[in-house]
Amino acid sequence: MTFLCNQLVVEEMSKLKLIIVREFLAKVRNRAFVVMTFVSPLIFAGMVSLIIYLTSVNGEDKKLITVLDQSGLFLPELEKSQSISFLHFRKLSFTQAKDSSLQIGASGFLFIPDGMEIDRLNEEIQFYSSNSPSVSTLSNIEQRIERKLRELRLANYGISKEALSKIDTDFELNTSSFTGSQNLKGINEIKAFIGSAFGYLIMMFIIIYGSFVMRSVIEEKTSRIVEVIISSVKPFQLMMGKIIGTSLAGVFQFLIWIVLGGIVLIALTFWLGIDLQQLASTNAVANDSIEMMNANSGDLSKVNLYFNEILTIPWVGLLLLFIVYFVLGYLIYSSIYAAIGSAVDNETDTQQFIYPVIVPLILAVYVGGFSVFDNPDGPIAVSFSLFPLTSPIVMLMRFPLGGVPWWQIVVSILLLILTFIFIVWLAAKIYRTGILMHGKKISYKELYKWLKY
Amino acid sequence: MDHLLVANNITKKYADYVALNKVSISVPTGSIFGLLGPNGAGKTSLIRIINQIILPDEGYLTMNGEPSKPDHVKQIGYLPEERGLYKNMKVGEQAIYLARLKGLSKVEAKEQLNYWFDRLNINHWWNKKLTELSKGMAQKVQFVVTVLHNPKLLIFDEPFSGFDPINANQIKDEILQLREDGATVIFSTHRMESVEELCDHIALIDKAEKIVDGKLIDIKREYRSNTFEVALEAAENMQLLKQIQQEFRTSPAHFKTIGNELKLNVHLNSDQKANELISYLASKGTVTHFVEKVPSVNDIFVQSVSSRGDE
Repeated sequence: MTFLCNQLVVEEMSKLKLIIVREFLAKVRNRAFVVMTFVSPLIFAGMVSLIIYLTSVNGEDKKLITVLDQSGLFLPELEKSQSISFLHFRKLSFTQAKDSSLQIGASGFLFIPDGMEIDRLNEEIQFYSSNSPSVSTLSNIEQRIERKLRELRLANYGISKEALSKIDTDFELNTSSFTGSQNLKGINEIKAFIGSAFGYLIMMFIIIYGSFVMRSVIEEKTSRIVEVIISSVKPFQLMMGKIIGTSLAGVFQFLIWIVLGGIVLIALTFWLGIDLQQLASTNAVANDSIEMMNANSGDLSKVNLYFNEILTIPWVGLLLLFIVYFVLGYLIYSSIYAAIGSAVDNETDTQQFIYPVIVPLILAVYVGGFSVFDNPDGPIAVSFSLFPLTSPIVMLMRFPLGGVPWWQIVVSILLLILTFIFIVWLAAKIYRTGILMHGKKISYKELYKWLKY
Repeated sequence: MDHLLVANNITKKYADYVALNKVSISVPTGSIFGLLGPNGAGKTSLIRIINQIILPDEGYLTMNGEPSKPDHVKQIGYLPEERGLYKNMKVGEQAIYLARLKGLSKVEAKEQLNYWFDRLNINHWWNKKLTELSKGMAQKVQFVVTVLHNPKLLIFDEPFSGFDPINANQIKDEILQLREDGATVIFSTHRMESVEELCDHIALIDKAEKIVDGKLIDIKREYRSNTFEVALEAAENMQLLKQIQQEFRTSPAHFKTIGNELKLNVHLNSDQKANELISYLASKGTVTHFVEKVPSVNDIFVQSVSSRGDE
């Protein structure tokens, strides 16, 4: 008897395997899939190059600002920098200076009147430009003037620059976790970002390959082959085979992308490597000249600290959780997609059912994301990481930050498994009725009726 | 008699709608069984239950005496009413895939497919995609897919719809050959006249209930009305008619002959014999046409539905 049972199981498994292989091949051989696999990295690389190119072009555009500083106080502050150069007029009247600014085509004209109290000066300094100036230019100039004004005020109060530098303390709150290790500022954001990347990956995968599953169900239904197939296999087998086959095709596509991405990245570093270094060094020089940055060596050790901190993320745990949440989350959502596909006659009818599916995904990424960044153990973050339709994404955002109680992980996975069983059962019920139903506009009420068939 | 398939008291409801109400049929091994009834009667539901696509709410099936189990679907070849194959898959590839789902190995599937493609002379279709075939060609492929795994039970839902007459005949011959080779065949159709001559057993289904079933000859005997269609050549038709009407119950008959005969349906009473009618008619003129009016399945259906309505 057990032998017979085993034989049956083996047979059913081999049928499932057949379906998976067919679905995989059908997907992978599809022309659109091939194009998407090989062209989209090119598009992506092209876009990145375009952005880099445009940014560099944008950066090269140096602004020329003319200055008429009648007070003579600000001259030392207004030295040229990487993005702005200043042309100082001397012994010109306001109108003359303004006119000649226009003639030489300067981007702006800064007028600083003479002989005023500092408080009035504050009000009277004017910036003229033909078109609205960029925010970065304005803030650049504002910073310079602010610095000088502050210096002047301090001098008024009788405080020297040296005295100030002694008073001025650069204070940053040093945070540590209770376990003792020192935290770096901003590291939490970086960690949450890493988690978000995983969560986002899950969401994209669900949306892209979930709708592939749905389309494939619709195709089988409208081509009417489905009745032939389910006279050989259980509808549930067909549904699961379809979901698994399509997701394998998806994983395969991602692998290709990773490999291609690696190649492109290596190629890019070879091609642009020197340029990038140069860019970095000129940046450093520019920074030095306006005395904005502190010692560079300190930053380098900080980078190392950040790097070490990122390494302290429990990567093995994170990857394991990623796999668990990915598999369960994807199975839940793609069975919903399969059920939707089975219920309709064509893709345009799917809209009313798809929105409710996408809403929790979007909520997970955005609401969950914000609250995790804001407060990883706050009520919103915790409940989103427990609620099964959002937990695959939100828990992965929380986890790298550390400090997620193990019971929350256990509860969220348990809830996910229960939901998985329930949803797949529900979807299978809808699916096996839906695939044989033709020419009927389906409402939620109708779907509910199918559950009782 | 040996029964390959027995359905016992099958009931199937879709929510409040009753699709099948305690329907029982027995399909003798080696027979051609007609499952007949109008659209919406419940034929497709019954067929889907036999194919284990859906489960009955009540009742059970046996195949070869064994209670129905998942393994049985391997012995069934099913051509659904709504035909369809993968549009973008090569013909050979998908036929092999479908055969393997029925439990054939890859090698067996290939062998069988070669045999059938040769037989139907469609070998060059192997690497074509379905989109490159005409509708009739696709139907042939669909037929091959149905029989590829040598099923013991063949089920055809609306078997000849979609085939042109030549292909329909070819497929009909193939089905008869398969029956010769030992298969049992179920035809399900609402076009009763299309399979009448092929079936030796039938079940009539109407509004979720079976109304008549059994051997077609027996049913016809049961429903025979002792009516004869006659044509008689005589000098005076009207006069003759009056004479006959004094002896027999008659009604006007509509059929074609090449002469100008008197055409009649003659209904015999239980004490009247056909031979007496012939001798009577022969004494009145030349009999050019004398046929017992055997009720068609259609007639039987109409009659049994209306008599049920009377109840």
